[in-house]
Amino acid sequence: MIRSEVLKEIAPVISDQLVVCNIGIPSQELHMIDDQPSNFYMLGTMGLASSIGFGLAMVQNKKVIAIDGDGSVLTNLGTLPTIANNKADNFILLIIDNGSYGSTGDQPTYAGMNTSLTEVARACGCENVVECDAADTKKELEKALAGSQKTIIVCKCESGNVKVPVITMDPVVIRDRFMKQVSAS
Amino acid sequence: MSIDKKIVADLVANDVGFVTTVPCKQLAGVIDAIDKSPDILHVPSNKEDEGMGLCAGAFMGGTRPAIIMQNTAIGVTINTLVTLTQYYRMPLPMLISYRGELGEPVACQVEMAVHTKALLAQLNIPTYHFHHEDDAKELDAILKHTFMCNKPVAILTDATFWKGY
Ligand SMILES: [Mg+2]
Repeated sequence: MIRSEVLKEIAPVISDQLVVCNIGIPSQELHMIDDQPSNFYMLGTMGLASSIGFGLAMVQNKKVIAIDGDGSVLTNLGTLPTIANNKADNFILLIIDNGSYGSTGDQPTYAGMNTSLTEVARACGCENVVECDAADTKKELEKALAGSQKTIIVCKCESGNVKVPVITMDPVVIRDRFMKQVSAS
Repeated sequence: MSIDKKIVADLVANDVGFVTTVPCKQLAGVIDAIDKSPDILHVPSNKEDEGMGLCAGAFMGGTRPAIIMQNTAIGVTINTLVTLTQYYRMPLPMLISYRGELGEPVACQVEMAVHTKALLAQLNIPTYHFHHEDDAKELDAILKHTFMCNKPVAILTDATFWKGY
């Protein structure tokens, strides 16, 4: 399974959840598969999806899912100790780990070589870290959503992209409709 | 009231409820006061761009954020300031220790100090410079201005303001 197939499978599970999605093709794929006002698409700033999602989770009670990639987590590795050492049991970090920088042409990442992000997350002090095959992502995500524990899911999948259009929505529109979903009762 | 307490009181009076910090000797007293404040969630970050990501999330969650960092961080965060904070029009007061100004003992700090205001000007970031203790009287107005215009705003605080190193 490649990332777009994973996103297609989990779309029904995350459609009514607050989702912060990684820059580039992941956001474009999610936007094409199931655009929702509760999706915050990152148009720039590689690496910060987990930080934005975690900041959001810390200040309010709704569940927040940050969809990140292996390359982006490697870019902002300092995010894992911050997540490990601060309280937000409504936070789920889904790392779609395809072992490559998908948005730039599938150059290999170190996560696809000797580095295990699962072990890195654990070593940073994250307590509830689950590594799964791509096909089990939906099940693991449902489990995390049903629970009440900060969770990191590392989904191991194959690299590759589908052809997707860029997101042309204005960033302020993305932010405004997302914030309305955050504050909706 | 000490200057540290005054700064925190202004943050609280302007409903700032989330502050991320990267350690700094000059701002250590403020950071300590923020940590002790029951009205502010203090989350130290490992790098300033990570901190700006946390602040963006906190803002979208309905809590006014602020970041405390050194001026060297301007070099680290230009892409984040432009493609996240400014592009999505988010407010972000940045309380900055302005290293490399008069009284600076470390020569290397001057190398970034000479670029600090030029970079902030290039980024169209409203910039205020606290040199004398009295300058801090404007902090309340600066915070109101920041949350009025939804922009990142820089408050540079130099060694003279902090009465030396
Ligand atoms: Mg990848």
